[in-house]
Amino acid sequence: MNRIIAKAEYSRDPAVKMMEIEAPAIARKAKGGQFIVLRVSETGERIPLTIADTDVDRGTVTIVFQEVGKTTADLGRLEEGDEILDFIGPLGQPTHMDNYGAVLCIAGGIGIAPVHNIIRELKRHGNRVITIMGARTQDLLFWEDKMRAVSDEVHVTTDDGSYGRKGLVTAVEQELLEADRDARDISLVIGIGPPIMMKFVAKTSEPFGVKTLVSLNSIMVDATGMCGACRVTVGGKTRFVCVDGPEFDGHQVDFDELMQRQRMYLEQEKRSMELLLQHRAGCDCGGCRQEEI
Amino acid sequence: MSTDKKKISRQPMPEQEPRVRARNFDEVPFGYSPETAMLEASRCLQCKKPKCVEGCPVNVKIPEFIGLIADGDFIGAARKLKETNALPAVCGRVCPQEAQCESRCVVGKKGEPVAIGRLERFAADYERQQQAVSRPEMAPPTGKKVAIVGSGPAGLTCAGDLIKLGHRVTIFEALHKTGGVLVYGIPEFRLPKAIVQAEVDYLASLGVHIEVNHVVGMVDTVDELLEEYDAIFVGTGAGLPVFMNIPGENLNGVYSANEYLTRSNLMKAYLFPAYDTPVAVGRRVAVFGGGNVAMDASRTALRLGAEKSYIVYRRSHEEMPARGEEIHHAEEEGVDFQLLANPLRIVGDDQGCVTGVECIRMALGEPDESGRRRPVPVEGSEFVLEVDTVVVAIGNGPNPLIPKTTPGLDLTRRGNILADEETGRTSRDGVFAGGDIVTGAATVIMAMGAGKKAAAAMHEYLVS
Repeated sequence: MNRIIAKAEYSRDPAVKMMEIEAPAIARKAKGGQFIVLRVSETGERIPLTIADTDVDRGTVTIVFQEVGKTTADLGRLEEGDEILDFIGPLGQPTHMDNYGAVLCIAGGIGIAPVHNIIRELKRHGNRVITIMGARTQDLLFWEDKMRAVSDEVHVTTDDGSYGRKGLVTAVEQELLEADRDARDISLVIGIGPPIMMKFVAKTSEPFGVKTLVSLNSIMVDATGMCGACRVTVGGKTRFVCVDGPEFDGHQVDFDELMQRQRMYLEQEKRSMELLLQHRAGCDCGGCRQEEI
Repeated sequence: MSTDKKKISRQPMPEQEPRVRARNFDEVPFGYSPETAMLEASRCLQCKKPKCVEGCPVNVKIPEFIGLIADGDFIGAARKLKETNALPAVCGRVCPQEAQCESRCVVGKKGEPVAIGRLERFAADYERQQQAVSRPEMAPPTGKKVAIVGSGPAGLTCAGDLIKLGHRVTIFEALHKTGGVLVYGIPEFRLPKAIVQAEVDYLASLGVHIEVNHVVGMVDTVDELLEEYDAIFVGTGAGLPVFMNIPGENLNGVYSANEYLTRSNLMKAYLFPAYDTPVAVGRRVAVFGGGNVAMDASRTALRLGAEKSYIVYRRSHEEMPARGEEIHHAEEEGVDFQLLANPLRIVGDDQGCVTGVECIRMALGEPDESGRRRPVPVEGSEFVLEVDTVVVAIGNGPNPLIPKTTPGLDLTRRGNILADEETGRTSRDGVFAGGDIVTGAATVIMAMGAGKKAAAAMHEYLVS
């Protein structure tokens, strides 16, 4: 169950990794925009990750993640052939698919992976897809070839100018929407990436009146609507990202609250990471954790 | 002989000292010794027409099992219990006996009732500890396949009955662990998880197949399950937290009781950092609500290290829906009950973290539809409780995953599944339901009763 059949490292520092996981039931059912929850060990935390790709024939689900905390660091240590203890999904509402005409897809950082999955489906529905993909620096960019293969037009940015155009994805977004101001071909913007990026993607599109979907990555526990950890204010109402989302109207989302809630466990997350690094530096016996208990 | 019996008073159950136990997660009571159990059992009058049995949602053969304890046949007593109750070790701990069996006990008319719950717990624990759990008689295989959705008390009970009747049973559980509210909701100090695990292992040993991490309604639907299974029982519980809808509820440090308890119980956040899942270790915690879940949360807060743990409840002590024993335990442990108080808003600092709750004093007015006196705010009585953590424990709605994805399944106005009280039958052929998903948040034993009735009806449906 949940065996890793392929693994790749897209960048080293920070570590961005791809895993293709055997999960035929999820692969059969999952649609663009949905996510999975996983747990790596008996003492581990449940974390949500957006689905990057599925292959029904191979019966696999692909995830791309950045090692930002203990759980993703533990996950990154697993190798091909290893199994992920718990792998649950698909969860959340899929992206609503339609023929929108032209769709502007904006992907930042590891958001590139889930956006790719959505673009594939948008193309199947006959949409013209313009893609902007951005990262802090060239090393953190991946899947440019895959994005080019599925998109009609691709723009690449890096914050430091090490590759593609120097600057933020929102600069390109602004230009494209301005160029489209009269034609109004673009009827939907989809932005997936760090919350701060999504906030500004939505801010940029708002004056143009173009509907904008963002995919929120809040803290979750059960991810089936039971606990409410993931609640977020959308249009003045409290919604649960896990069952009502993860995609919401970006012009309605209270991003500041979302980011504030993501910081809830910053201290504990830091402590977990420090302990993990101490353990890794000291030994590899697997018994250290027991002593901590 | 009966005069002797009256001289024996209700035997207390030894428990951890309040001050000690308020700082650990070990179970509060130690349980009866065999001697105490026999003494307590001897208080039962062995009524010819026992009223206590009528007070039990699953009609446990109470005088019979107590008689066996009085005779020293503890394992016989456990087996007698299991004829009607699949989870006696659980029920002995979490049932509201004072409102059920014990409220009808004839001995209780003039004194204190026989401690039926404590005796139930004793017999079940004895059997488990002696590893004397026996395999029940199993009917020959029927070739029929049944799917149970949700592994809480309703689902486990239903599964246990159907497997004994010869059907092939698969339980689908959304979480990574089996037991539903028994593992995510009820804390270790009230219901040790090893006991739940023993019950689940027992079902597995009878041949019940359990699939965890399987979210019906997402990875498949009830209709897809019906292609493979001859009947389905939906026991998905009351898994949608209700919030107060007051300002400040999305501040950091505000939890639903479900989240707070799930982090602590299921994810073992109380063992952080040995376990990865964190929970706010509040210095001062306010829990809104007066039910068992509110008591569990306020007592969990103390055990996580809180200096101050408040219950904020808008009615008075008398109206609190929690079991008497839970309220008593919470009081003993030092929980501060702010009764006749209603939260108005939660206030926070510039970092978005909780700093306090503004409440208003309430007075009891005329009785409302529920028969309880309606609390009305006392003008000008606002006050602030300084807290850094808030837990909202005012109830749960039905989880919508299955209702939303099952066309033709009739629901109540509140979104609960409409099911026949006696059979669990729903508007969909072959689909049965029971427990909190039907009734709204109730008790473990009520859910078990529903699971049991549904199992009987499903059996009839399957063989006819």
